[in-house]
Amino acid sequence: MIESLIPALSSYARQIDFLITEVTVIVGVWLVAAEALFFYFIFKYRAREGHRADYITGDEPRMRKWLIGPVLVVFVCDIFLIVGALKTWSHIKIELPPPAVVIKVIGQQWAWTFIHPGADGRLDTADDIVTVDELHVEVDKVYHFQLESRDVVHSFSVPVFRLKQDAIPGRTITGWFKAIGTGSYDIQCAEICGLGHGVMAARIVIGSAEQHAAWIDASSAGNTLTAMYE
Amino acid sequence: MSEATAAAHEDHHEMSFWAKYVFSTDHKMIAKQYLFTGLAMALVGGFFAYCFRMQLAFPGMDVPLYGIVSAGEYNALVTNHGTIMIFWVAMPVLIAAFGNFLIPLMLGCDDMVFPRVNRLSFQLFFLSTIVLLAAFFVPGGAFGGAWTAYPPLSAKAEYSLTPIGSSMWLVAVALEFVAFLLGGINFITTTMNARAQGMKAFDIPVVVWMIVMASIIFMLSVGPLVAGAIMLLFDQLLGTGFYDPGRGGDPVLWQHMFWFFGHPEVYVVLLPALGITLEVMSVFARKKPFGLRIIIYSAMGVGVLSFVVWAHHQFISGIDPRMANIFTITTLLISVPVAEMIFLFMATLYRGSITLSTPMLWALAFVAEFMIGGVTGIYLGDNASDIYFHDSYFVLAHFHYTFFPISIIAVFAGLTFWYPKMFGKMMNETLGKIHFWGTVIPFNLIFIPLFVLGIGGQHRRIFNYQHFTDLSSASFQDLRVFATIAMLVLLGFQFVFIYNYLVSMKKGPAAGKNPWRSNTLEWTTESPPPHGNFGGVFPTVYRGPYEYSVPDRESDYWPQDLPD
Repeated sequence: MIESLIPALSSYARQIDFLITEVTVIVGVWLVAAEALFFYFIFKYRAREGHRADYITGDEPRMRKWLIGPVLVVFVCDIFLIVGALKTWSHIKIELPPPAVVIKVIGQQWAWTFIHPGADGRLDTADDIVTVDELHVEVDKVYHFQLESRDVVHSFSVPVFRLKQDAIPGRTITGWFKAIGTGSYDIQCAEICGLGHGVMAARIVIGSAEQHAAWIDASSAGNTLTAMYE
Repeated sequence: MSEATAAAHEDHHEMSFWAKYVFSTDHKMIAKQYLFTGLAMALVGGFFAYCFRMQLAFPGMDVPLYGIVSAGEYNALVTNHGTIMIFWVAMPVLIAAFGNFLIPLMLGCDDMVFPRVNRLSFQLFFLSTIVLLAAFFVPGGAFGGAWTAYPPLSAKAEYSLTPIGSSMWLVAVALEFVAFLLGGINFITTTMNARAQGMKAFDIPVVVWMIVMASIIFMLSVGPLVAGAIMLLFDQLLGTGFYDPGRGGDPVLWQHMFWFFGHPEVYVVLLPALGITLEVMSVFARKKPFGLRIIIYSAMGVGVLSFVVWAHHQFISGIDPRMANIFTITTLLISVPVAEMIFLFMATLYRGSITLSTPMLWALAFVAEFMIGGVTGIYLGDNASDIYFHDSYFVLAHFHYTFFPISIIAVFAGLTFWYPKMFGKMMNETLGKIHFWGTVIPFNLIFIPLFVLGIGGQHRRIFNYQHFTDLSSASFQDLRVFATIAMLVLLGFQFVFIYNYLVSMKKGPAAGKNPWRSNTLEWTTESPPPHGNFGGVFPTVYRGPYEYSVPDRESDYWPQDLPD
């Protein structure tokens, strides 16, 4: 359903999409059935000359099953939905797989700063590559991102990954992703952050191992932003 | 008693303009004051929506009647559209206007038990309205940090760039809360103490039940937010650091206090809307509500559960992810009592005798549309799918499918249903139906495209999507233009209502006491009711309010005050 509008490019994107499809099926059946019955009642019991409504209050013993039955089914559906939600959520937000690469993502009014490890593959060393509004990652590798904010609340959102996490000033929040396809896509700030919220756009560039290595090579030579950062 | 007050009493029946319309303590006049202020604010909120939706459809356009919408103005318009529609339209109209007008009339008494507190309530509300709107004319302009006002953006002028507007917004909201606390005290006390002789708990009409429960939920939830608002005001003006992480504060604290109120607030406006809808459905289906007690108990269940679901607004805000699981469970469980109420509303139609008058069309549309709002909430209460949908247009479309039915559709049901009682005249049915279809169809055409945009990954509160490569596609822009045109059509049809509403006051046919053949006490007195409501002889209640189509009775209704 969602992939027809936007690709699913992280290892968990399809899980979220599947969950959304599951919810759609369950609530869709309920919605269609309820609306159909509702409009049927409106049509069937329209006022007719010389015909009176029946006196039914719902307190009659034969009506008790209608008071309790449908809502019990709703309850069972809820349990089913809760189990699916908790499993997927735990996989994405609680159980972080060990990282191959760690990056830093910093939000500020109104730009994203990304700190990538350089050729040594480690963060906080001299060859770190710092970019603004452009995040470079390698496909098929588990990334941890350490998310920070310098001023107000921002939200780091990569729609093709189905990834979203608020950045809170004063905290470092760690999350993860693993890209499963290449290309270049939008990063949005998903929490209103002032005048420039509407222009706080960035791009994520997902490359193959060779493409990513080539980018690291090219960026390590004379990275002015890195120098500024230090 | 001094001579002056004695003289004032003599003049009681020839009150000056000021005494009658401005400083009145009559609950019916205060209801009208709230109603017309709320409807005027609905026009302001609608105008704001027009301005920012024109900007979204035609970026950079010189919007007719407004001008060019800058990024800062866009934020201010969006922020105040939300603030106004919830706090200055839904609350004053659904709770204050209907509550004030209906509670004494339906309970069979002459006024609220604290008429002067009631007057003070409106005066504070009116003051809050002026403060809110005045913020658009101060240096820096009105606040633009969203109606949720998350700090640090809302706490520091260097971030928000609206040094005066932010504080005025907070003061206006806090004043508005005080006004509704005063009103709520009156509703609760009056319902407890001033009921007609013989009126037992389940003889109270359901709309009164719902407004009183909403007032109780409001009183219990608003305290933390008022405290939070004062702390935020201190952060803004005195330089304290409650929400400043640099000085040991925590910005997420505000989010908890805001949503601890903010989610119950949804039910504060939902319950009166459900009450109005059920009154109308019962009368025009000539049926007692199916399982009336269960409906009231379900509403109580919703009220209790609404206090333990607030963090579903904060799944990705940096709260402990294990907490998100707990709030997913409570949130999805709230679907049980809500679904129960909707099922019982539907069952009320079963074997009824349904007349599709204008109020009934609105009431039925409320149920049909609210169901869509309800089921789309499941996607957002589900924490895993909320990772994707959070702060997207999917959320926006979802809550407009709840709030539009609540604060527009149910309000029109109530306005058209009680119009004869309020003004003594009937509205034009043909114009009423034209307005109904001209509102409900465009409403769906606005928000269905916005669901699609949300599923496509479009986030909220962005003034121009041309800055985002993936979102600036032609097909997405077509959806935005489509939604904007539908909104223009919807706004255009509101003039039909305004015309019908105003002209019928003078030219409509006389309504008589009880044009809908209804049972509740407000229909036993004159239309409009005189000062004191029942001409000095208060009704006695002999039965519940919904004894329609009782077998072996000639008439298909049985007013509460008839001895047999």
